[in-house]
Amino acid sequence: MRKFENDVQVIKYEVLKEVAKLAMEGTLEEKYHTIPEKISPGPKPRTRCCVYKERAIIEERVKIARGGDKENKNNIEIISIACDECSINRYTVTEACRGCLAKWCHEACPVDAIYYVGHKAYINNNKCIECGRCKDVCPYNAISDVMRPCRKACEADALYIDNDKKAVIDNEKCVQCGACVYKCPFGAIMDKAYIVDVINLLKESKSRDTNVYAVIAPAISSQFTYVKIGQLVKGIKLLGFHDVIEVALGADIVAHHETKEFAEEIEEKKFITSSCCPAFVSYIEKKFPELGENISGTVSPMIAVSRLIKNMDKNAKVVFIGPCTAKKMEINRDDVKGSTDYVLTFEELTAMIDAAGIDLRECEEDPLDNASFFGRIFARTGGLTEAIKHVIEDEKIDVEFKPVICDGLAECSKALKIAKVNRLNGNFIEGMACTGGCIGGAASIHHGRKDRNEVDKYGKSAIEKNIKDSLRILDIDKLDLDR
Amino acid sequence: MIEINVCIGSACHLKGAYNVINNLKKLIEEKNLEDKIEIKAAFCLGQCTNAVSVRINDEPIVSVNEDEVDKFFERHLAGRV
Repeated sequence: MRKFENDVQVIKYEVLKEVAKLAMEGTLEEKYHTIPEKISPGPKPRTRCCVYKERAIIEERVKIARGGDKENKNNIEIISIACDECSINRYTVTEACRGCLAKWCHEACPVDAIYYVGHKAYINNNKCIECGRCKDVCPYNAISDVMRPCRKACEADALYIDNDKKAVIDNEKCVQCGACVYKCPFGAIMDKAYIVDVINLLKESKSRDTNVYAVIAPAISSQFTYVKIGQLVKGIKLLGFHDVIEVALGADIVAHHETKEFAEEIEEKKFITSSCCPAFVSYIEKKFPELGENISGTVSPMIAVSRLIKNMDKNAKVVFIGPCTAKKMEINRDDVKGSTDYVLTFEELTAMIDAAGIDLRECEEDPLDNASFFGRIFARTGGLTEAIKHVIEDEKIDVEFKPVICDGLAECSKALKIAKVNRLNGNFIEGMACTGGCIGGAASIHHGRKDRNEVDKYGKSAIEKNIKDSLRILDIDKLDLDR
Repeated sequence: MIEINVCIGSACHLKGAYNVINNLKKLIEEKNLEDKIEIKAAFCLGQCTNAVSVRINDEPIVSVNEDEVDKFFERHLAGRV
């Protein structure tokens, strides 16, 4: 049976499911306002202080599930009214305070926020600016630092707290990785959903001459493990998709193309970074613009497979299904726009399948097999590097390949800082914003150590063992694989 | 120009679609018909149970076994070129 990681996921799922259900029925516009009461019928609230607040928050969730604020370009949105529960003051004086004579904390505080009652220190939170100097000087480590989970999760440093102590996203810095969406314990940050657009596209495709393809990210192998992957493929087709294709085939194409690019350009560029993770690419562009030239010019596997499909079928529309919130931003980048039409997450797919009343366990198995082992392991950290190594060896390309594998945005940041001063111990940076790679993606249904094994198992089950094999009949040369 | 679409969707791929394509290409080369027949890969043609699905121009789909590409050629293509 499917398991959710926590109640945040459950409520998000319920909202997405109800929205999907009404969209499928064609009654969303008349009935979407009934969803909050349906999910929180009362009289007692499920999680919040009262049923009215709970419903108000669900109303906001419904808005985001229907595509959110169109004025806001960012796909990550904060539900401000849901955010107030986290009014934790970052610094608190704990019982370890000895009430010493030195009072370094008081001296260190630039805003005079430390006061004393009965020889013990306290912090006046109305004054505190969370600079942390008191904590640094306390000889007893008596001051605790509880950073808000969203800010702690944000390696791009794009979250700040406004005067009302609510979290706000700085769109100039945000790379839309979704870490805050996953980490906020109150579910106050959500990624915009495009399920309504996809449901309408699927409906229209029946009357128009459109074939809607689902391209599924290889991370899917770790997500629906309570059924066989073939049953899931069947379930996706029952939603109305014309065919289901592996993004891993796009990864094979990318590995092949990126290796050639690497061999041609490495002498001039000194080092090149991967480009398949859109949050990583965005991070370089925003934080290290001077390294923009070093980002591989190859498109991501999602874009590659979408273009492949559209080259073969001029009536194709392509919907990517994956664990990633940043992909929602990637498809609208000027350099690749029009390749992939919509992005769904695994959470949203689950909601759609359930809204349609499809029981995956009852589905027969449809095959899923195009990509090679190497394309499939792109889903986890290190996979891309293995694939490039394989192409270099297999095609006997004469080039030195010294990869630096960065697992998560923090490691990426470190490597990029070193690369900036020409001290990188390598000539290729594989960067993945999510820890573990795509399998740790913010919109995965579960995150865990076992997931990596599932990906490798899925990789090994591919009938094409090598990249050359999986690409042998495709006209790759006719495909535009540059950003 | 005759256009042949060979389905490489998962079901057809598993039943040897890539070999069907390669065998067809070989045959066409042997017979010097490259300028008359074009082979293209396609995704799902909608007849997964009869893999490997092959379509000549806009005609009904023919199911071709990877070992019987010769026969398919004789029956469906030889008379036209």
